[in-house]
Amino acid sequence: MDVDTLVASLQAAVPEAQIEQAPSIDLQTTVYVPRDAVPALARALRDRPEFAFTLLAELTAVDYWPKEPRYEVVYVVVSIAHRLRLRVKVRLPADDPHVATVCDVWPAANWLEREVWDLFGIAFDGHPDPRRLLMPEDWQGYPLRKDYPVQIRMTPNASEALQVTEDEFRSNLMKDRLTRGR
Amino acid sequence: MPDIKTEVMTVNMGPQHPSTHGVLRLVLELDGETVLSAAPTIGFLHTGIEKTTEQKKWQQVIPLVERMDYLSAQSNSMAFCLSVERLLGVEVPQRVRDIRVLIAELQRINSHLVWLGTHGMEVGAVSVMLYCFRERELLLNINELLAGFRLFPSYMRVGGLREDLPRGFHAAVVAFLDRFGPKLDEYEDLLTKNEIYLKRTQDVGVISKEAAVAYGLVGPIARAAGVDYDVRRYFPYLGYETYDFAVPTQTKGDVYSRYLVRVAEMRESMKICRQALARITPTGIFAIDDPRITPPPKDRVYTEMEALIQHFLIYSQGFTVPAGEAYVPVEGPRGEQGFYVVSDGTNRPWRVKSRPPSLLACQALEQMIVGGLIADVIAVIGSIDVVMGDVDR
Amino acid sequence: MGLESDFDIPVLTTSVEKMVQWARRSSIWPVTFGLACCAIEMMAMSCSRYDVARFGAEVFRGSPRQSDLMIVAGRLSRKMAPALRRIYDQMPEPKWVISMGACASIGGVFDNYALVQGVDQIVPVDVYVPGCPPRPESLIYGIIQLQRKIDQQKLA
Repeated sequence: MDVDTLVASLQAAVPEAQIEQAPSIDLQTTVYVPRDAVPALARALRDRPEFAFTLLAELTAVDYWPKEPRYEVVYVVVSIAHRLRLRVKVRLPADDPHVATVCDVWPAANWLEREVWDLFGIAFDGHPDPRRLLMPEDWQGYPLRKDYPVQIRMTPNASEALQVTEDEFRSNLMKDRLTRGR
Repeated sequence: MPDIKTEVMTVNMGPQHPSTHGVLRLVLELDGETVLSAAPTIGFLHTGIEKTTEQKKWQQVIPLVERMDYLSAQSNSMAFCLSVERLLGVEVPQRVRDIRVLIAELQRINSHLVWLGTHGMEVGAVSVMLYCFRERELLLNINELLAGFRLFPSYMRVGGLREDLPRGFHAAVVAFLDRFGPKLDEYEDLLTKNEIYLKRTQDVGVISKEAAVAYGLVGPIARAAGVDYDVRRYFPYLGYETYDFAVPTQTKGDVYSRYLVRVAEMRESMKICRQALARITPTGIFAIDDPRITPPPKDRVYTEMEALIQHFLIYSQGFTVPAGEAYVPVEGPRGEQGFYVVSDGTNRPWRVKSRPPSLLACQALEQMIVGGLIADVIAVIGSIDVVMGDVDR
Repeated sequence: MGLESDFDIPVLTTSVEKMVQWARRSSIWPVTFGLACCAIEMMAMSCSRYDVARFGAEVFRGSPRQSDLMIVAGRLSRKMAPALRRIYDQMPEPKWVISMGACASIGGVFDNYALVQGVDQIVPVDVYVPGCPPRPESLIYGIIQLQRKIDQQKLA
């Protein structure tokens, strides 16, 4: 189907949300959707036979600081059956960047959303495992934001913290003393 | 006989391991030899390339993106150049398209040879590794002919290629193709009907067709499961619709099917290489004739003032790309890859995001190894062909 | 070193130090610590064209407790730094470290938040091999330089 039919069908699939088509110079038809329409639209994209967008190719974010709204989450989905590609974009404000997860629709989104959380700080409501993916678990800050520096001068942490609690440590010490007879 | 008390053992296949193809950490829970759960941890090779590219000019990004997926380096740089050329709205000449196809297919053979060598070594066939790396040396010689460097030639540029093909290029590629065909038959003799290999790889690491698509898997993994999605057929680029080649698929989705698919892909790549080579003239145009992007030839730079100024501007401040975004998908050795490039109208990129096929393959790893034996974990990790540079970027 | 022949068979005499140095430098077994692209060149070095087994590095041991040399091949990220230190600590003396490639030596092309700018911030390095990635011949030259360095190390 061509671009206009596709956008019209998308609007018909989620009538309560306002879908805005954006100009696009590559293979993907680009639409902007409001944040609340994401779960319904995702389900419609995967389940409706005229769409059949079963393959999630890309889930990423772009930081447009200092413009408002600051973030844009970008989903690229592919329909193998109909040979279509679609790019769905969601604009998010700087003070409250969160959007519903699509992990239940496309399991591929699990790690992709974790990566966006890790690098941008955009929260995904309902994500089963919201941890950092690429940076160390105790890292502070979101590196790919535009106000995060590229170079930081920090000595690397070459030793890991002890994996025991303080009580365990003390009781290990007592046990050691008792068995050695001192 | 008394009841033996067993408990679940947690084993760490740490980031440093001979068989994890780089730095992947798997925390396995084992009941005897059966894997109950696997939790992969990645990020040990995170290099922050995407943030670094935001500080560089457009042409300076090419060596950086080559180092992301270091086994398909020239596919990466070609994908980036395609996205930026789409933003610029330029179309490279036909000869450049054919050369790019040839280089991409040679890169596919290169990457599959590394895969075959390391996978064979891990499964036990150590001589396969020595043979594959020997053939690969011929391909690296061709890279060296092109640009003087073995692994990362940086031969692709936005707007075409860095310079014209060297003398002896045709002969070198023909010599490689003539030699490689019979050698590939030899390697297949070693593995395809080998009973040990069959026992180790059949019905191991199975993933179904629907699960493959749901987990976003593309490339040889998906094609081994029955999904015949190949970007060269579905969304052709660089004139792939004019080449005569087949896309091999299998149905079972196990490690053996992936092996068969990749070996068949190497043969199809050789066919495409011969067709492309027939279309390429030994000398000719190698970049688009656009003064904003392509530097002028050196003899004009030394004699003409405008050429000197143009050369200086291109290399000092770079060219500017109109604002917008573009993502051109490309079929790399691991599946669909591409670069989502956002430009804000200046001479530096605003955002460069690589679509990592290896990241999604790593995510689906858990599905493939749970329920199997611990010895199969090695075979499966080898078969999904992860490159940690692409996973972590 | 002297060649004496009081008997029918020739006898070589040398010092214990030279014997130990010769033994140590002729059988340096590396531990596999390939991180990124340099690992591919390290694998190419161990294969048939640039065969490094002729210089003594016969096998790449999987376990650090059975090896003498750690070739840090590739870019070291901050998350990986504790693992590197742990592997280094597990190696028995005498041990050496070759920092292969620009990223391991000084951070390479990537001067950013994610990489340790040089592996020598964490482990002591004996030989630095520059390149991105260095050719297998460069790495073999690095190993030969290490062998020369071992020749000069005293026992006591």
